[in-house]
Amino acid sequence: MIKDQFHDGMWKQNAGLIQLLGLCPTLAVTVNVTNGFALGVATIFVMILSNISISPIRQLVPEAARVPIFILVIAGLVTIVDLSINALSRPLYDALGIFIPLIVTNCIVLARVEAFASKNPILPSFYDGLFMGLGLTLVLIILGAMREMIGNGTLFQNLHFLIGDDYKFLTIQLFNSDHGFLLAALPPGAFIALSSLILFMNWINQKQKK
Amino acid sequence: MSEYKVIFKTVGLISLLGLIFAISLSIVFENSYPIIEKNKSDFKKKLLDQILLGVDYNNNILESFIEIEANELLKNKHPSKAYIAKKDGQLKAVLIESIAPDGYSGEIFILTAIDENAEIIGSRIIDHKETPGLGDYIDQKKSDWILNFNQMSLAKTYDQNWRVIKDQGTFDYKAGATITPRAVIKSVKNTLTFFNNHRDLFND
Repeated sequence: MIKDQFHDGMWKQNAGLIQLLGLCPTLAVTVNVTNGFALGVATIFVMILSNISISPIRQLVPEAARVPIFILVIAGLVTIVDLSINALSRPLYDALGIFIPLIVTNCIVLARVEAFASKNPILPSFYDGLFMGLGLTLVLIILGAMREMIGNGTLFQNLHFLIGDDYKFLTIQLFNSDHGFLLAALPPGAFIALSSLILFMNWINQKQKK
Repeated sequence: MSEYKVIFKTVGLISLLGLIFAISLSIVFENSYPIIEKNKSDFKKKLLDQILLGVDYNNNILESFIEIEANELLKNKHPSKAYIAKKDGQLKAVLIESIAPDGYSGEIFILTAIDENAEIIGSRIIDHKETPGLGDYIDQKKSDWILNFNQMSLAKTYDQNWRVIKDQGTFDYKAGATITPRAVIKSVKNTLTFFNNHRDLFND
C-alpha cells in the first residue's frame, strides 16, 4: 500500500509533471533551488495536515458542502504556515512572497483532499499527502536547479536564508552570472524547463513500455 | 425533515471547524507576532546601518523619525517615514525613502541618506522589479553602480552631471538598460531637492 502510494506520488501520478496541478507556484517560484525547496516543504506540510484533518471527519462532511469545508481547513492551515515562515525566516518570506498564501488556491491540495482523504482512512491519507507533496517538491527542486544553473550560474543561492548565515559557503558559483542565459530566469524559461521535464518523463515511460 | 438535518449538520460542522481554526490561529499569531515584529525592525536597522556606514550616531534611529506626507518629489502615495540619525542631539544624517515610478517595470523603491551639509552619504535600492541580468545592476547585490551617488550634492554637482553618460552626464550605464538608471537618478536628485526645500522639517 505504502509502496503504491510512494510510486503514485513520486512518479505515476506526480503532481507537477502528470497531474499538472499547482502550476502557478511551480512556474513562478522556481528561479532557484532554495525557493523551490522552501515552497515544496510548505506545501508538503499543508497537504499532510489537510489530509489528516479531513480524513477522520470524512463521514460527517455533507456532499453538498464539502468544498467550503475543505477550503476552510486548508486556508486555516496555510495561514498558520504563513505566519510560521514569516517568524522563522524573514528573507525567505520576502522571497516567496505571495506564493505562500496562494497555497490555498493550489489545486493539488484540494484535489488530494477531495480525491483521496475524503474517501480513505487517516494513515493512507497521511502517506498520500506526504508522497504527493514530496513528488511536487522534487519537481520544484529540479526546476529550480535547472533555471538557477542556466540563468544565474549558481546553485543553492540564498540557502542561508533557511539554515542561517553560517552556511553562505554552500552557494556554488558555476560561472560568472553576467554570462547567464537570462531566458531561463524569466517566466518563459519556466515553461520551457517544465516541458523539457515532462518530455523526459514521457520518454522514459515509453521506453519502459517497449 | 432530513433536509433540515443536513443543513443543521453542515452549519454545525462549519462553525465547529471555524472555531477550532480561530483558536489555533490566534495561538499561532500570539506566539509569532512578537518575533515577526522583531525581525522586521532588525531587518530595517540592518538596512539603515548599511547605508549609514561610517556615520557616527548614537540615538535610537528606529524611533527617531518624522512622517512625510505624499508629495510630488518623493512620489510617495502614503505618508512615509524619514529616519533621523543624531549624535548627542546634533543632526548627523537623514534617511528619506523615495519612489521612482518610471523604471522599466514597475516602481523602484530607493532609500537615500543625506548628511547635514545636504550631501549624499549613500543610496540603496530597497525593492525593484527590473529585468534580472539587465536593469537590476542598480541593486548593490549585483553591482556597485549605486555607490556613484556617494558624496554628490546639488551644490557641488552640476545639473548636467545628474544624467547617464549617454545623455552627456557622468553616470555609467549598461547598454540596453538606460531607462532604469535614468529613473533612479531622477528620483535621488528629487530627494535632495526635497531635503533642501524642507530643511526645517528635520531640525527639531
